[in-house]
Amino acid sequence: MIRDQHLTAEEIVQKYHDAFSQNISEPRIERHITGVKKTELVHIWMRLNRSVFKEAIHHLFQFDESPHFAVMSGYDINDSIELIYHFSIYYGFRHKELSINFVVSLPKSDPTIETITDLFPGALISEQEKQEMLGVKVNGIPKDARVFISDDFPQGVYPWRRDETGPQTMVKNLHEVIQ
Amino acid sequence: MSQTTKTTYQLPIGPIHPALKEPVAFQFEIDGERIVDVSVALGHVHRGIEWAGTKRNPIQVLYLAERICGICSYCHPMAFSLAVERIAHIEVPEHAQYLRVIHGELERICSHILWAGVAAHEIGFDSVLFLTWEIREKLLDLTEYLTGNRVTKGITMIGGVRRDITPDMYPKIRETLEYLKGHFEKLRHVFLDDKTFIMRSKGCGILTKEDALQLAAVGPTARASGVKKDVRLDQGYFAYGDLDFDYVTPDVLTGEVNGDVYDRIIVRLLEVKQSISLIEQCLEQMPSGPIVSEPKVAKLLAKLKTANGEGIGRMEAPRGEVFHYVKMNANEHVYSWKVRAPTYSNILPWIPMLKEQQIADIPIVAASTDPCMSCTNRVLMVEHKQTKTFDKEALHQRCVEKTRRLHL
Repeated sequence: MIRDQHLTAEEIVQKYHDAFSQNISEPRIERHITGVKKTELVHIWMRLNRSVFKEAIHHLFQFDESPHFAVMSGYDINDSIELIYHFSIYYGFRHKELSINFVVSLPKSDPTIETITDLFPGALISEQEKQEMLGVKVNGIPKDARVFISDDFPQGVYPWRRDETGPQTMVKNLHEVIQ
Repeated sequence: MSQTTKTTYQLPIGPIHPALKEPVAFQFEIDGERIVDVSVALGHVHRGIEWAGTKRNPIQVLYLAERICGICSYCHPMAFSLAVERIAHIEVPEHAQYLRVIHGELERICSHILWAGVAAHEIGFDSVLFLTWEIREKLLDLTEYLTGNRVTKGITMIGGVRRDITPDMYPKIRETLEYLKGHFEKLRHVFLDDKTFIMRSKGCGILTKEDALQLAAVGPTARASGVKKDVRLDQGYFAYGDLDFDYVTPDVLTGEVNGDVYDRIIVRLLEVKQSISLIEQCLEQMPSGPIVSEPKVAKLLAKLKTANGEGIGRMEAPRGEVFHYVKMNANEHVYSWKVRAPTYSNILPWIPMLKEQQIADIPIVAASTDPCMSCTNRVLMVEHKQTKTFDKEALHQRCVEKTRRLHL
């Protein structure tokens, strides 16, 4: 079982570099020490180029046959939307788990990304949420519908956006929103 | 002879339904009494908390995070706090890390006992519900003794906790734990040996290990299907790395994993026992030191204003992994905040659990993941189509009237 062979964070980052070279940038390994016994926990961060995004996520299966998908985060910054995919591998082994976080930048002119639900069916709600909150388009999503926002919420308003498509005007006049 | 065609029919349950404790809408496709398919609709109590967090400074967000969920009122601010501490490079004193474990485990016991009561109620066993409520009352008394509050604890601070637990408080804690141990056997007997419980829960609402892994289930829901996943052990945050405990899966007790409702009961009951042991270990091994890295809030805020970067905070809440992502950009307010409560990950596993079950099993199967919709639904104000329109003044007037009525 590949799950039993635990690579270190450095080895994983190196393997990503070997496989994707310049398409991986800003690798960062965070180490935190806790408790009297000084237990260490490790978080890995990497920025992915959108062109290799799907392949890079698929690469996780080389280290662990069942990586865990935690959630996707995301925010609007200047002309791009940043999505962060949070995974963990080697869970089930005490103090061996590694959190792996991939950041992908999407330009606002073309905020599209491929679905990962074929690899992680549990990612569906996360992808739906990013579509409705940030206005990104997830290509190939199996259920292209709203999940948290009701169907009568106006189209084209994305609550987590900080630009003109954001909810700022609605928030200032909440009483006017109720029809 | 006339021929009849057998067709399925649709059964909507929720968003408000006596079988559900919180709003969520199920649409079932039913054949006779058998569930053929199910879809779940969410969002009925979405309050825009993540968005509201980006209008506040990190300390204000703690109090907002505490109000995400009434039961996990400790896990959410604490996971947020972990993320912020990692961004701002704040070291938490060892003593505070032990106190954090005690509060976390106390919350787990309260939550699991509450769940046990709700599960009993869902199968119509209300006398057990009141037994669990009696036990929980003692635990809430202890929570109040330690934090000053019974539900919304207000104990979290970035860099530590807000109140100390001194050795003179240990006897009261130990007394409550002894009381709990005394009643644990009674609870175990009712839940695991009672014929009605076994008949209603064994073989019911099965989640296979494959489905649990594929659908990213977390917490007791995943562990009951044999997935060893517990953030306390996987990544020893707080002082969990110092303590002696192991993954709880149902085979520890029965030697097999079925992934049914019965197994989820086993996991939660064993975790109550484990939490008692963890609190006792903390009391025995408690190191001395300060309870917070920076007691002056103004000074802490000034430091947080310069923090720049992103971080994640993960901790094992009673229902599974709580995940907070925070981004700060050297500004007063938090730039981005994502809250992933455990129920968020345990929604999709409901579908394989409910398929092929009977209508009568819907309440207990739905309750068996210990869902918390307020945790899951968060985001923005919703535009409702109402037949009657209230303007701002009318709504305000109604608020004033209600407040006056309550004061009488």
